[in-house]
Amino acid sequence: MTSSAESVIEVRGVENAFGRHVVHKNLDLTMMRGEVLGLVGGSGTGKTVLMNTILGLRRPQAGSVQVLGTEITKSSQRELIRLSRRWGVLFQNGALFSSLSVRENVKAPMREHAELPNRLMNELADLRISLAGLEPEAGAKLPSELSGGMRKRAALARALAMDPELLFLDEPTAGLDPIGAAAFDELILDLKQTLGLSVFMVTHDLDSLHTICDRVAVLADQKVEIVAPIDELLRSPHPWVHEYFHGPRGRAAHDAGQPQSAGG
Amino acid sequence: MANSALHLSIESREGKTVIIPAGDWLIGDLGQVDKQIRNVCDKAGADHVQFDLSQLGRIDMSGAFALSRLVRRSSEPNADRHFTGNHPYARKLMMAAHENSNVCPIPRPHPQFKDVLIRVGCAVQDMWDDFVGTMAFAGRLFQTLYNTLLHPSRLRWASIFSVAEDAGMNALPIVGLLSFFMGAVMAFLSANLLAEFGASLFTVDLVGLAVLREFAVVITAIILAGRSNSAFTAEIGSMKMQQEIDAMVVLGIDPYEALVIPRVIACVLMIPLLVFAAMVTGLIGGALVAWLQLGISPTLFIARMYEVISIQHFWVGMSKAPVFALIIALIGCRQGLLVEGNVDSLGRRTTMSVVQALFAVILVDAIFAMVYMELNI
Repeated sequence: MTSSAESVIEVRGVENAFGRHVVHKNLDLTMMRGEVLGLVGGSGTGKTVLMNTILGLRRPQAGSVQVLGTEITKSSQRELIRLSRRWGVLFQNGALFSSLSVRENVKAPMREHAELPNRLMNELADLRISLAGLEPEAGAKLPSELSGGMRKRAALARALAMDPELLFLDEPTAGLDPIGAAAFDELILDLKQTLGLSVFMVTHDLDSLHTICDRVAVLADQKVEIVAPIDELLRSPHPWVHEYFHGPRGRAAHDAGQPQSAGG
Repeated sequence: MANSALHLSIESREGKTVIIPAGDWLIGDLGQVDKQIRNVCDKAGADHVQFDLSQLGRIDMSGAFALSRLVRRSSEPNADRHFTGNHPYARKLMMAAHENSNVCPIPRPHPQFKDVLIRVGCAVQDMWDDFVGTMAFAGRLFQTLYNTLLHPSRLRWASIFSVAEDAGMNALPIVGLLSFFMGAVMAFLSANLLAEFGASLFTVDLVGLAVLREFAVVITAIILAGRSNSAFTAEIGSMKMQQEIDAMVVLGIDPYEALVIPRVIACVLMIPLLVFAAMVTGLIGGALVAWLQLGISPTLFIARMYEVISIQHFWVGMSKAPVFALIIALIGCRQGLLVEGNVDSLGRRTTMSVVQALFAVILVDAIFAMVYMELNI
């Protein structure tokens, strides 16, 4: 059941276009169970569009998308709801419900999908909040009372609410200071190891790519150009990939990431 | 992925309480065993609990949390004596759950009688603060208005015209329609009442007086308060939420000059038009009912109006219009600028803005009525 060869996301021949502007054409991508897959690409290459397509928020013009064995493009509302219990999504700005406290935010999916006594739900919500690295007192606060980094963690706690098998992260470390970003990377790696999560992550953070991603998919020329472990990407002759990883920032992150990735 | 049903059995062996979880312990099904676990937890000493994990299927963090409750008070929760049977990852998960099981203390409010008094007091205080705040805002507004009028080139005509179209022109149909119906209702009421005295013709006096002096302008103000005032609050409020107002200040643009002044000017300029339209349609509504119900022909209606309704009633109605417009625009913009960072506050401010504007309009209308009565106008 949990063989490492099983795929959790299978994207085949997807085409996305806004009017005449074609974003994706004939795009293929496979993600295996238990891996952390990073998605990179220049601005405007449609990283978020691809993630929205995989999440079923957007129907592609053509192609098929299978997530956890369910065909997203053809599934009904009910099937999508059932699927949503098995994944967790962290949106770029957190997308916490601003009128609910952090604890209520974490409880929201539980209320919807599981029949649990309120007392247990509270305890489970506090467990998620603690797992996401927040102080217990944060549970009673409103999202507007939290700092940017804490809001990301609260959003992560909500993404973990239903014990998902698959976690989507849209730029999880964007807007965090380097220490906070490193701690967040650490946290995701930790959760992945403890909970056996598969993580799909859109990111521009070169440090994250080096430290926590098992494989990196490069989005260029309207499709996924290369999917490979980062060490292989470093040797890729593709001009954009080369520029990305061998530019001044890429080199610095590589040097910094080397000892850590050897240890992790 | 076949799920095998969650099951929990408890046995006593050699003075130990043996917990045998079986099947899949996933979050969706935990509701079934939560109570049972809590009962065991109350009865059995945590140090004598032993888990037999051999029949356990899949388990997630929530399931591990539910199980780890039983050893939470043990001196060594992770000791080998607590576990028998093999499971690839259950024990690791249970320890992770145990380490993260600190509960957020949420204070429970105890409602008391004095809370009622406190709320009443707070509400009164808030009303007073709001009044003072609105006056201060009005002061700041007039100051800015004065400065702007000294340099007319600083007036933002584009936004004045845009607001004038939205709040003025586009409100014309609804204002006209409502006023038409109010005039008609007024005529119906007075027709029935006055017919008893054989004084049906006085319907014209009543409709003319009511529409010109009160209804036209009050209905226009109510529409403006519900339609444009809420829009002002929502527009300015969402700009505030997106930090656009802060951006203006940093760029050296006065938000009062850029946002508040155009709205106030547009409202004050457009409301006479709306009130005039409301007067015309209100009289048409009254005349129509008088014609159909009482047989007073439109010619007679107009002739009677010339005779009994002096022009000063028209001016009384019109004189109130700019004051109402000013109040409405002022309250809408002020509440918009008071919006804080969250959606709740936007909703609360928009509601408050409409309520305050309506209240202020009615109150000021009453003051006008008293003043004009004293002046014998």
